[in-house]
Amino acid sequence: MTVEVERHTYDVVVIGAGGSGLRAVIEARERGLKVAVVSKSLFGKAHTVMAEGGCAAAMRNVNTKDSWQVHFGDTMRGGKFLNNWRMAELHAQEAPDRVWELETYGALFDRTKDGRISQRNFGGHTYPRLAHVGDRTGLEIIRTLQQKIVSLQQEDKAELGDYEARIKVFHECSITELILDGAGGEKRVAGAFGYWRETGKFILFEAPAVVLATGGIGKSFKVSSNSWEYTGDGHALALRAGSALINMEFIQFHPTGMVWPLSVKGILVTEGVRGDGGVLKNSEGKRFMFNYIPSVFKGQYAETEEEADQWLKDNDSARRTPDLLPRDEVARAINTEVKAGRGTPHGGVYLDIATRMTPEEIKRRLPSMYHQFMELAEVDITKDEMEVGPTCHYVMGGIEVDPDTGAAATPGLFAAGECSGGMHGSNRLGGNSLSDLLVFGRRAGLGAADYVRALSSRPKVSEESVESAAELALQPFKGPQGQAKPENPYTLHADLQQTMNDLVGIIRTDEEIRQALAKIDEYKVRYKNVESDGKRAFNPGWHLAIDMRNMLLVSECVAKAALARTESRGGHTRDDHPAMDPEWRRTLLVCRATNDDVVPEVSVTKEVQPPMREDLLEVFEVEELGKYFTDEELAQHPGRRTQ
Amino acid sequence: MSYQAKLKVWRGDDDGGGLDDYTVEVNEGEVVLDIIHRLQAEQAPDLAVRWNCKAGKCGSCSAEINGRPRLLCMTRMSTFGEADTITITPLRTFPVIRDLVTDVSFNYEKAREIPAFAPPKDLQPGEYRMAQIDVERSQEFRKCIECFLCQNVCHVVRDHEENKKEFAGPRFLMRIAELSMHPLDTLDRRDSAQEDFGLGYCNITKCCTEVCPEHIKITDNALIPMKERVVDRKYDPVVWLGNKLFRRK
Repeated sequence: MTVEVERHTYDVVVIGAGGSGLRAVIEARERGLKVAVVSKSLFGKAHTVMAEGGCAAAMRNVNTKDSWQVHFGDTMRGGKFLNNWRMAELHAQEAPDRVWELETYGALFDRTKDGRISQRNFGGHTYPRLAHVGDRTGLEIIRTLQQKIVSLQQEDKAELGDYEARIKVFHECSITELILDGAGGEKRVAGAFGYWRETGKFILFEAPAVVLATGGIGKSFKVSSNSWEYTGDGHALALRAGSALINMEFIQFHPTGMVWPLSVKGILVTEGVRGDGGVLKNSEGKRFMFNYIPSVFKGQYAETEEEADQWLKDNDSARRTPDLLPRDEVARAINTEVKAGRGTPHGGVYLDIATRMTPEEIKRRLPSMYHQFMELAEVDITKDEMEVGPTCHYVMGGIEVDPDTGAAATPGLFAAGECSGGMHGSNRLGGNSLSDLLVFGRRAGLGAADYVRALSSRPKVSEESVESAAELALQPFKGPQGQAKPENPYTLHADLQQTMNDLVGIIRTDEEIRQALAKIDEYKVRYKNVESDGKRAFNPGWHLAIDMRNMLLVSECVAKAALARTESRGGHTRDDHPAMDPEWRRTLLVCRATNDDVVPEVSVTKEVQPPMREDLLEVFEVEELGKYFTDEELAQHPGRRTQ
Repeated sequence: MSYQAKLKVWRGDDDGGGLDDYTVEVNEGEVVLDIIHRLQAEQAPDLAVRWNCKAGKCGSCSAEINGRPRLLCMTRMSTFGEADTITITPLRTFPVIRDLVTDVSFNYEKAREIPAFAPPKDLQPGEYRMAQIDVERSQEFRKCIECFLCQNVCHVVRDHEENKKEFAGPRFLMRIAELSMHPLDTLDRRDSAQEDFGLGYCNITKCCTEVCPEHIKITDNALIPMKERVVDRKYDPVVWLGNKLFRRK
């Protein structure tokens, strides 16, 4: 078979055009490389637009007590100390520069009285730290990066006569396979193969470096704040290329998604509502979060309504409200309230901003929330309470990378943003995602540029690998072999979503996860019979059939890792193992593909988390560390040595 | 609670097509995009439609519902009667790719022609100081989700292919206004707004403002003030005299 394939040659191919992808593009281009950016959606539609509340960076514009060390500490606490400490360190140190840089690209953040970037309170952040634009910060960031890329293209046009001399955007284009070259021993990245959504025609990028910036996996869950694109493509591409995933058991259920009407169930309600003074209440009208301050956070949060309200007026004179505990804690609290029969008619709890702020203030500070509830639920949030409940929002787990360069295990493969793992540990703090994208998007772009510059020879794409990728992509049109019943990809997708939601959701048990794994095995068999009707031009049924391959693989990773981790921590709650165990803190679960099947088998192995550098350990009081670490790990802490 | 809705959906490609009839179940609280998804899952798996966030934030699912440019995800089925037939067609101003998906590359070409933000050269990152009241004007325009409904409805280019070369459309004239009102932008954008991007074509019928799902006052707050700035420059007698005397371009 000779397949018709459009071919391109680049230095770096970035897969994904969200915040981290675009920031990687900018960096690699600034280093003089020729970069392609490939995205499943139109340029500028990335999932980053869904980020609402803000971008965390210790710029000290609102409270000068803030510092990168405090931000680092908050991030580690939020992740229950399972975070890759080097990533958390780089993130806290570099986030301010990445935000300021956006202003030079044209971003317009909300301002303080003295004209600096305003910063708002958010869950788990000690000081007001989130740069924001009302409740549409993600849109501001994606548009800013998009416009920066346009401005670089204008520079290239002026210099070289072609907008696309150094950066070309391939939008509505999906990558189905990474192509490796094994000549000379170790397999390294040689390119990426995919198809144009518009025509269904194939495209091949020959490139020695690929940056994965594909975002998350939320479309494997039924109730999710994520869009159709979140099918774990980068996670799956990395696994099949021989790289590893870590922390896949940790899924963040955002505590406040809409619960009604059903069709909008899962759509996000920004944490900014609580950051600006909104409070959670149960059906008895009680502010229940005061009952859910876990022992590790005792003493750090307000214990009465008066104290919580005082904190809102002046951060320094009281402890923060428990409405702003890290997201995992709030999501579990809501879950417990609803189970105890104190939920709303539609199975959520109330989020009240109406009695806390004037209507004008609500419309100014939370315009898109006002708009969203008015248009989708016919609820006026300046008058009535919102009904909210947990929704699958973010995957902490992802591709295991070198913190400084974003390099995955496969030479030439890099990853940044949500599809990479480690930075957020077992639970991400709100606001740390946008900053993560900027810090590690830049670092991955830099890492890829350095890698390409250091190459002595370019890897080659073999014809066989292109042909087999093409054959696999067209398989859904052939339908099942023999007498098997054709499988509708939409039905298979809905079944997987239901399974993951019900059996590997916010609260997990050994038995239920085993049931989920059995079902995933069944779905993998059914997947072989998946069939797409119609032609190759813009055919969503075919696109879904291709994406299902990634969702099945990634779902198996989530379930297998969730089964193995017999403790509860952050975004992984085991009903049958409710405690947090210090031995598990320094244990990472690593997923790898073990064969070359279309949907490969997954192995899960334990790896030891590298011990935290001593000066970083000293950012914390030894009493606090004692709640998370083993005694052996703390033996050298100055707080222990002096005792 | 649920009922069967009658739908007419445009199916076809650049070779032509027509309205196909469907009957689809509708449940309480659903939006048109839910119905399109059900149609895909149960009857027409290859029905082409763009969508992403399903929350009115990304601007992907633009189409025309009963002839009105709308976002499919922000149009509730309860705005129609149960007996009504709902007609869904692709955006008319852009070439059809397939079914409800159109080729919106016109917009990306225009975006690329507008000179980028140009801050003062000596201003370092972290040193930017702007008052909230001064950034608010441009912030309103940056709420734009690029759904291109304003571009689609604008009569200058709707059914007037010949004007597309000269005219950037409301979204991108608003982008020029946004940059022009940015407190730290250093370029004078008035001549190019008029000469390169066709601001003069706009005769402020406000159709763009009416269809904007973000409720941005495109005409009143961006296009009219921009026209005023252009006029100030073009017809101010002092500027005119200065131009004559010093032959400034």
